[in-house]
Amino acid sequence: MKRYSAFAIAREALRHHTGWERAWRSPEPKKHYDVIIIGAGGHGLATAYHLGKDHGIRNVAILEKGWLGGGNTGRNTTIIRSNYLQDPSAAIYEKSRSLYETLSQDLNYNIMFSPRGVIMLAQTEHEVRGYKRTAQANALQGVKTEFISPQRVKELVPIISLDGPRYPVLGGLWQSRGGTARHDAVAWGYARACSDMGMDIIQKCEVTGITTEGGRVKGVETSRGAITCGKLGIVVAGHSGHLADMAGFRLPIESVALQALVSEPIKPCMDVVVMANTVHGYMSQSDKGEMVIGGGADGYNNYTQRGSFHHIEETVRALIETFPMISRLKMLRQWGGIVDMTGDRSPILSKTPVEGIFMNCGWGTGGFKAIPGSGFAMAELMARGGSSIADPFSMTRFREGRFIDESVAAGVAH
Amino acid sequence: MLTLQCPYCGVQCDETELSPGGEAHLTRFGPGSDDTEFEQYLFLRENPRGVHFERWRHAYGCGKWFHAARCTMTLEVFGTYPAQVTEPPADLIEKIREKRPGWRWRDLA
Repeated sequence: MKRYSAFAIAREALRHHTGWERAWRSPEPKKHYDVIIIGAGGHGLATAYHLGKDHGIRNVAILEKGWLGGGNTGRNTTIIRSNYLQDPSAAIYEKSRSLYETLSQDLNYNIMFSPRGVIMLAQTEHEVRGYKRTAQANALQGVKTEFISPQRVKELVPIISLDGPRYPVLGGLWQSRGGTARHDAVAWGYARACSDMGMDIIQKCEVTGITTEGGRVKGVETSRGAITCGKLGIVVAGHSGHLADMAGFRLPIESVALQALVSEPIKPCMDVVVMANTVHGYMSQSDKGEMVIGGGADGYNNYTQRGSFHHIEETVRALIETFPMISRLKMLRQWGGIVDMTGDRSPILSKTPVEGIFMNCGWGTGGFKAIPGSGFAMAELMARGGSSIADPFSMTRFREGRFIDESVAAGVAH
Repeated sequence: MLTLQCPYCGVQCDETELSPGGEAHLTRFGPGSDDTEFEQYLFLRENPRGVHFERWRHAYGCGKWFHAARCTMTLEVFGTYPAQVTEPPADLIEKIREKRPGWRWRDLA
């Protein structure tokens, strides 16, 4: 792999950009791999990357039914933060956030990580108490957050209206090293690094069946033929239930559509990410100037990748109260992704009843921020059979009543 | 936009008029049940890609719970029926089978 650098740009400028090579190969599938990962989204690619980099397992294929990063990796609002209440959550999300800090250098691919800061607005007394508690918990977990006053919120976000008619801003939970990154670049950067390690990324290859023998995984049936493997990682977000069904076990997961939308581009007006959980909307400004807006999830199972229209109305209505100046913005695009919700709103990184099959799913509405940490922990789990970060997230926790209850901690989807 | 007909009052309701109530026909387990049964009841779900049976409440109408058969891929509605049953009506299952060969849901096939 040729490295990307300022020198490479100068070199290519002098020869009409004829020397750039493809970022990753598109090989034909082999008959056997040591590890197959299903799903070439951020989490799947990060898992493969860490398998190769940390554990030396490089005979790996990553199968993708559509195109690389075309699922939720390309459909989220790119927010990165780690201000969670529960210790296991803080551990994996903070690991992830810290890996994001150096990911551009590690991958030699500019993922445009922008630690611009994330504010979660407290708009009820209950939220004020909740976020103060979270700030204390974060201090113990080594995650740098603080509870800030409404005046400080106004300094950070001049366009905000503190005295909303229904929900005035009473403060906020501020994580100064949270922020955003370029979501496609995260997938592309990992793909390039995986391909460079000799791994095969096979797109347009849908898994149609999983073969097992004596309670152990043997391989997968795909639209491009059968492939055998030693271990299988299923990292397919909203479609996890469907694949678990193929392998013969059930998951505590329900899939719903979550929506986001972007406005027309405007001049820079907000250089932090603002989340308003009580009224349920969050917003940041992209480098192009679009306001990126995230909204609510549907209340019923579906796989439509578009979502119900009335959620857009609710989200936009809430944000206009909080940011009156956006009331005349035109919206350019709206889209939906299928998110996999668990009962406690925490992910599943786990062994399964079938030996050799590992699940990474249940990230719900907040998977993008977790990509590097999830890959790190999942690779350790798959290579060594256990991981201090991943172990609390095992799928047996629902039977054992050992929840990592972020739904109660956050009060909303997160 | 999803539209369901309330089987009690006969109104065609827009989804904003309804509250979704999750998977239908769950077997409830109470005191004395083991962990696996509780897990089944509280957490494990069919989550199908295809026709699903769900509970809905006509929240801004008659206020009653009912069941609906709906496809999670296309949002096509196959029918609604009252909540006082433990399994979907046979004619509805027949209708789904006819339109979706190979469909299965739990042990219904």
